[in-house]
Amino acid sequence: MTRLNVNPTRMELRTLKDRLNMAIRGHKLLKDKADETVRQFMLYIRENKRLREEVEKDISEALKSFLLASAVTSPESMEEAVSMAGFSVELETSSKNIMSVPVPVISITPSEKKELYPYSFASVSSELDMSISNLSELLVKLVELAEIEKTCNMLADEIEKNRRRVNALEYVMIPQLQETIKYITMKLDENERSNIVRMMKVKELIEKAEKQEAENKK
Amino acid sequence: MDRNNKMAIIGQKDNILPFKAVGVETFPVTHYFEAVETLKKVARSYSIILITEDFAKKIEDVIDRYRTKPYPIILPIPSAQGSTGYGMKNISSNVERAIGVNILDIK
Repeated sequence: MTRLNVNPTRMELRTLKDRLNMAIRGHKLLKDKADETVRQFMLYIRENKRLREEVEKDISEALKSFLLASAVTSPESMEEAVSMAGFSVELETSSKNIMSVPVPVISITPSEKKELYPYSFASVSSELDMSISNLSELLVKLVELAEIEKTCNMLADEIEKNRRRVNALEYVMIPQLQETIKYITMKLDENERSNIVRMMKVKELIEKAEKQEAENKK
Repeated sequence: MDRNNKMAIIGQKDNILPFKAVGVETFPVTHYFEAVETLKKVARSYSIILITEDFAKKIEDVIDRYRTKPYPIILPIPSAQGSTGYGMKNISSNVERAIGVNILDIK
């Protein structure tokens, strides 16, 4: 592991030690976050799978009966039949926070049932009625699926990002800091030792000089 | 936020027409560029955008741009030809990205 390019001084040592502490604390926190996000994700993903299976089956059926209906009706009258919807979907959208990921929350406001079938029964076949009543029931599920699937998407993204952060801290930042701290302490100790040796040498020299002087005086 | 809290659907005309009757706004498209343009336009104001699988697969790169924000939600749905497994594939790729292994038995 490469060490950081810093001067081996006491001041650097202090800042590095602080940074190491911070990195370790952050690492622990992010790891906890990863655990919790995965747990949340598991709750949602199962629901997501179940809902999607249901919705896919139902939609295909509804669309098939619509196809059947359009086979026996002229395209113009078909379009005319569906183009005046009795109501429009009103959603209530907000967002909530799951582990600091903003995820959507939607509730569908049940429209006041004015008229589910916006056409005269005489002009189109009964398959259309089936198709439309199925679809309008499906809409609630569809909205739910949209919410959950988006939540899963965002959580998956977040988990991936978070894992990168954890790994970067664990395998790059922290070892690098530790290595550099070790390097600086060693360098400082080395300096200290060489200082002591120098002192001893100087002391010896001085003593020698004093002895010589004393002898010269005699 | 200037979202109008409504649903929109993008796809081939035959596939999306029945949604019109239940109050979803329909945006029929016929080819790739039209789908991209429509999606960009619709994404500004609608909260939920349904898009049929055949088009969702084609304009995946555009859809991916809306991944990071909670809204709009872009949801692929099967068309009348039945499910192609595209939606399920998305779920399993989510699982793989998040956990590393596909623990739900989705093909």
